[in-house]
Amino acid sequence: MMKGGRHLRSRGSARARRDFRTGLLFAMPWIIGFTVFVAYPIGASLYYSLCEFDGIRTPKWIGLANYRTMLLEDELFWRSLANTLYMVVIGLPIGMIVSLVIALLLNQRIRGMTFYRTLFYLPSITPIVATSILWLWLFNPQIGLINILLASIGVRDAPGWLTDPTWSKSALIIMGLWGAGGSMVIYLAALQDVPQALVEAAHLDGAGPIQAFRHVTVPMLSPVILFNLVMGLIGSFQYFTQAYVMTAGGPQDSTMFYALHLFNRAFLDFRMGYASAMAWALFIVTLACTAIVLRSSARWVYYAGEEA
Amino acid sequence: MRGATTGVRSRAPQVIAVYVFLMLLSVASFAPFVWLVMTSIKPEDEVFTRVFPSRIVWEHYVRGLTHFPFLLYLRNTLILCTANVIGTLISSSMVAYGLARVPWRGRHVLFAALLSTMMLPAQVTMVPLFAVFKWLGWIDTFLPLTVPAFLGNAFFIFLLRQFFLTLPGELSDAALLDGCSEFDIYRKVILPLAAPALATVALFVFLGTWNEFLGPLIYLYDADKFPLSLGLAMFTSQYGSFWGQLMAVSTVMTVPILVLFFLTQRTFIQGIAMSGIKG
Repeated sequence: MMKGGRHLRSRGSARARRDFRTGLLFAMPWIIGFTVFVAYPIGASLYYSLCEFDGIRTPKWIGLANYRTMLLEDELFWRSLANTLYMVVIGLPIGMIVSLVIALLLNQRIRGMTFYRTLFYLPSITPIVATSILWLWLFNPQIGLINILLASIGVRDAPGWLTDPTWSKSALIIMGLWGAGGSMVIYLAALQDVPQALVEAAHLDGAGPIQAFRHVTVPMLSPVILFNLVMGLIGSFQYFTQAYVMTAGGPQDSTMFYALHLFNRAFLDFRMGYASAMAWALFIVTLACTAIVLRSSARWVYYAGEEA
Repeated sequence: MRGATTGVRSRAPQVIAVYVFLMLLSVASFAPFVWLVMTSIKPEDEVFTRVFPSRIVWEHYVRGLTHFPFLLYLRNTLILCTANVIGTLISSSMVAYGLARVPWRGRHVLFAALLSTMMLPAQVTMVPLFAVFKWLGWIDTFLPLTVPAFLGNAFFIFLLRQFFLTLPGELSDAALLDGCSEFDIYRKVILPLAAPALATVALFVFLGTWNEFLGPLIYLYDADKFPLSLGLAMFTSQYGSFWGQLMAVSTVMTVPILVLFFLTQRTFIQGIAMSGIKG
């Protein structure tokens, strides 16, 4: 674990005890933070989920009623879950592929790479509220830039985007692609770490560019793909700000995402027990998906250090 | 040189295709920014009728900034950013030091707990934290949005721990022999060496706080306390059809971040490599 010696300290149990105290002291801020902001809230949230609770008065125990309402009576729960899964299953892979393809293009030893990298990265650091308002305007069905451009290339009945329930989620995914530069730079940094010798060796062995990509580049990139996938998964399940600012869940609940439904129940209706039950369902679904991805990763993620 | 030329020539069609594609992507990346600024400088009657403005006017900025108390929101944002940057730098570097450079029993368990909290959705802790802050009387103050930073952030602790592990152990041993305390080693040996990593953390925390929306939405009610993000969202719900003003205000909120990016590009790129690859 530790690089270099630590033998100076590991001698004697007095030393070990002192190290324990020192280590504990250094870690204390997070131990306190963990207790107050993680451990206690997890317990409390589980308890609230079994209660009727408005955030002020004492929670009233109602057993599994919140969960029963959620699963059996609340249609919006299922609707918002389906909308969120749409972003996870369709939006996330599209975003990951686009950012990987752009990174591959920029890795072609092209001139002006840093210029393009900067240009593609800028949208991802643009404040998310500003981005949302800008795209609300770009997607304006009558006078937005996107439909103006579509009209100029002869598209007659362009979609209503955020005003049309069949297009609203696609619009949000397209807007997300504008920010794909964020994960693109992570891929690019990893691509530049792929030893050129390996790729050349593959070429010498008669591999074409596609084979070299599939059998050399992809395995070398796989830890970063896993990282982006897990982060993207967790993020997509909590998709909130864009929907809150741009659509407030509409039209016809087509962008009512899980986190937005949950927020509204907690802070609009003050049904905080119910919101806690929803939070637990979200937690379980997120954990299950992450666990599936991590478990599958043993088969497709390659760690260069492992063989040594 | 000759070899390179033939190499390029044989790949010419492919290279041209790559450049054409990159040009298209550049336009797609940049066009929204152009549309943002262009809308903000069009005369009011041209916002809905013309693609290119016939003349440049600043009225949207003037009006937008009178309806929208930019300086007040900027001040609030900067207070939150400063507190979060300082808090995270101190607490996260300390905890990371304890996890990476002090050999004590329990540090592995703690590190595993740290990693697992990163998967916890904010929604799970949202309601109980609201109840706690309400009980403390902290609602509608900056405290719920700043105090947690002083108790460490899992992601940045992780990042700094990885960085501290790459520094040779002999550094600490030598300092110990010189009679330094552990805290001296942390402050005088390790922190100075970690300056690039700390700069990265500071930058990401600043950016994250500048953009933070959900926290202020939950905890702040009084419009005088809003940061830019929340202020802009509320402005939108009131002036939703004044696109010129909305674009002006959005521009004003975005420009500082872009300037910051250009000033600190190297730190950014470094940090991305650090967070992405070692993650």
